[in-house]
Amino acid sequence: MCLAIPALIVEKHGNLAKASIGAVLREISLELIDRPADVGDYVLLHAGFAIHKIEKEEAEETLRIMREVLE
Amino acid sequence: MKFASEFRDPALVRTITLNLRKACRGRWKLMEFCGTHTVAIFRYGLRSLLPENLILVSGPGCPVCVTPKAELDRAIYLSGLDSSVIATYGDLVKVPGSEMSLAEKRARGADVRVVYSSYDAVALAERLPDKRVFFVAIGFETTAPSTAAAVIRAEALGLRNFFVLSLHKRTPPVLEALLKRGTSVEGFVCPGHVSAIIGAAPFEPVASHWRRPCVVSGFEPSDVLQALLMLVRQLEDGRSEVEVEYARGVPYHGNRNALKLMDQVFTVTASEWRGLGEVEASGLRLREAFSPFDASAFIDRDIVSLPDPPGCRCGDVLRGDISPSECALFRKNCTPENPVGPCMVSSEGSCATHYLYGDR
Repeated sequence: MCLAIPALIVEKHGNLAKASIGAVLREISLELIDRPADVGDYVLLHAGFAIHKIEKEEAEETLRIMREVLE
Repeated sequence: MKFASEFRDPALVRTITLNLRKACRGRWKLMEFCGTHTVAIFRYGLRSLLPENLILVSGPGCPVCVTPKAELDRAIYLSGLDSSVIATYGDLVKVPGSEMSLAEKRARGADVRVVYSSYDAVALAERLPDKRVFFVAIGFETTAPSTAAAVIRAEALGLRNFFVLSLHKRTPPVLEALLKRGTSVEGFVCPGHVSAIIGAAPFEPVASHWRRPCVVSGFEPSDVLQALLMLVRQLEDGRSEVEVEYARGVPYHGNRNALKLMDQVFTVTASEWRGLGEVEASGLRLREAFSPFDASAFIDRDIVSLPDPPGCRCGDVLRGDISPSECALFRKNCTPENPVGPCMVSSEGSCATHYLYGDR
């Protein structure tokens, strides 16, 4: 039940937005988001609400750590 | 960057698996708290990648599974009232109450609807002014803010036919309850999307007071394996800290906006958990100011709930004390088609997951 998926904002009108999840378009609410998100941003979507704006740098940093081979 | 496929890269998974095998020298028992993690672990076959000396058990992180029958019976009671419409998330409708499930009530004429979002329930109340819409709100902190938003919207719209039965539960208190009872689990994979709301900081007492390392994890295969690696490294080094693997999803101190809304609408209360009994400060109920929206007001009689069916060991499974296959009913009398306990009903229940994907 705690599933949230990355969704790309493609349209925004105030706190309402349209986001694409793969090929699916959904109306979503931005009322619960933690930092401002705009068209072109990815958000974590849970039950119709964007709960977090995803920053590319944070994802890249995690990937960098994951790729480190332990001695 | 799509924030999904990059974290499913087989080469990346291989690197982390090798690191994990190298790092894991002792014998460690870890728990993934969250049902969504359980599903990810089984769907991607991650258990088969773990070193032999790393044991992973599933925890009580399935909201439908931990909701006791008495609370379900309250929702089922509401479905029988005049002009009642029940709106809730899909996972809940099939869970058996004392006499029947909401789905069975629907088959007998009750109006029970599955919604995707709390706002769908508010829209239903707007569309059906002659009905009373009871939103049975279930879920951990990931979901509770959206219920709070729905109450605020219903108030702004002046709706008098929208009510919330809050079955919401909080995660950090139940982790501590598990530790107070005594558990052989040595570290926790903490829930990523609960933490997107509450942050990682609320798990600090688990790491500092109870000396169990905590790592907040994402849900892709590389995330879960990396979180396990971080836990193993802490244990091997004798450290006990709260770390965040899921940096792209979790601000350490949480989502202040969502927390504020949650606090505006809800107050913390004791709550009953299947398998763990009453846990202090682990529930959320509507504040006094929002009592006109509280569905509890319609439950004006004591509802007597029947005990769980004999042999059902959901409680032991939820505490991580036994694996589903150790329950005598598993696969025999209890299947997803004919579930005895809630852990076999919910798509995120340990029993349903073990049934679908096999034990390893």
